[in-house]
Amino acid sequence: MGSLPRSTDIRVETADPVQLREQELLRRVLAGERKLFYELVKPYERRVYSAAFAILRNEADAEDAAQEAILKAFTHIGQFRGDARFSTWLTQITVNEALMRKRRNHSEVMEAIGEHQEEDGSYTPRDFADWREIPSEALERKEIRQKLREAVAMLAQKYREVFVLRDIQHLSIEETAEALGISRASVKTRLLRARLMLRDLLAPGFGGPWFGRLPFEKGSKPW
Amino acid sequence: MVVNCEHVWSEISNYLDGEVDPALRAAMEEHFKGCKHCTAVVDGARNVVQLYGDDRLFELPAGFSQRLQRRIAEQASSGGLGSARSLWMLAVAAAALVAGGLVLGNVAVFRQPDLRSALAKPPHGVPASLMVAVCDDGKVFHAPGCKYLHRHDDESPKMMTAAEAMRQGYAPCVRCLRQYLSVVECPRPTVARSSVGQSAEGAKFPVKQLSKIAAHEKS
Repeated sequence: MGSLPRSTDIRVETADPVQLREQELLRRVLAGERKLFYELVKPYERRVYSAAFAILRNEADAEDAAQEAILKAFTHIGQFRGDARFSTWLTQITVNEALMRKRRNHSEVMEAIGEHQEEDGSYTPRDFADWREIPSEALERKEIRQKLREAVAMLAQKYREVFVLRDIQHLSIEETAEALGISRASVKTRLLRARLMLRDLLAPGFGGPWFGRLPFEKGSKPW
Repeated sequence: MVVNCEHVWSEISNYLDGEVDPALRAAMEEHFKGCKHCTAVVDGARNVVQLYGDDRLFELPAGFSQRLQRRIAEQASSGGLGSARSLWMLAVAAAALVAGGLVLGNVAVFRQPDLRSALAKPPHGVPASLMVAVCDDGKVFHAPGCKYLHRHDDESPKMMTAAEAMRQGYAPCVRCLRQYLSVVECPRPTVARSSVGQSAEGAKFPVKQLSKIAAHEKS
């Protein structure tokens, strides 16, 4: 695994207690207390899994890739110097691992939304129905979470990976650009498209009310 | 400053991220007051950001953490190394082993169990510590920068030592690493008169393919 992202400088000290604890854990793991590694990655398990899931789009592959990425981070923790956040480094490894598996599996058989669109920053929304605020309680419902996951899985990869890193993983624009090896401008353009495409996919006027049938359900493909 | 709908759509993402300057923000907010369509678009996009930003969206599969902890423990007990110092020591130890092997003329270093290409032969002259580039779905390792390195546009080649590449079943590129290869020891298919030719290794080639190989070698 010769292409692990490397950092060069010691990160800026922070007063955030969570960050301080993470730095302390990192120091101890690097000093040889390997059994503490799980404590270090525990807060990011879900992030790592969601990044892998968004790229691979099925649970079994996502778990495999997520665990493999964490194990690679464990094996190569010595390469982490700390100018980036540990979570960003871990995300980069996960994205690389998931993309590598995806290429190996040749799993992209379904044409994704936005695959053939020009990336020029212009996007015309297809739907103008008013979308009233969705109560966050909606996420308690399993079928709603499922619909949201399905919707993001339908985006073309270049939009999906930017959206996942930025809006699901909460990476900054710079971190997203670095993780994917693209420019800030590309991150912004792809993010705009991804958000608007998802809005179109999920907007109530585009195939039924939000809590009813979604446009990508059986018999009503939006593409 | 007045903005139209198209301009608003192109800036909605930056607007939600607080990345537009105050003048544009004010103009967009003024536009939203009189444009139901753009209000619907920005509200929808905001909902998308809020919903997908919620941690509950992606649940970990049951037992994920336990399986992960078990794998980390296995890795740790099997010698997975964590610290930079340990890695450095590992590198020194590996280099010493390779050097020792070379001194003793131990060709086993170069032996590989399963070559990825049936036609490939183990090289005898490629330095074990030479850094080479490989691609996951390729069969051949290359000197960095070789134009014959097969890879996808969005993929970076992996770098590893030649010894590691050989251990993984990669064969050396006959173009960029030719200087290290012993041509005499590499059997080449000969052109046969029958419809099917046979190489020294017993591999069969259609005549058409053999002619191409022969022509290529002449050139």
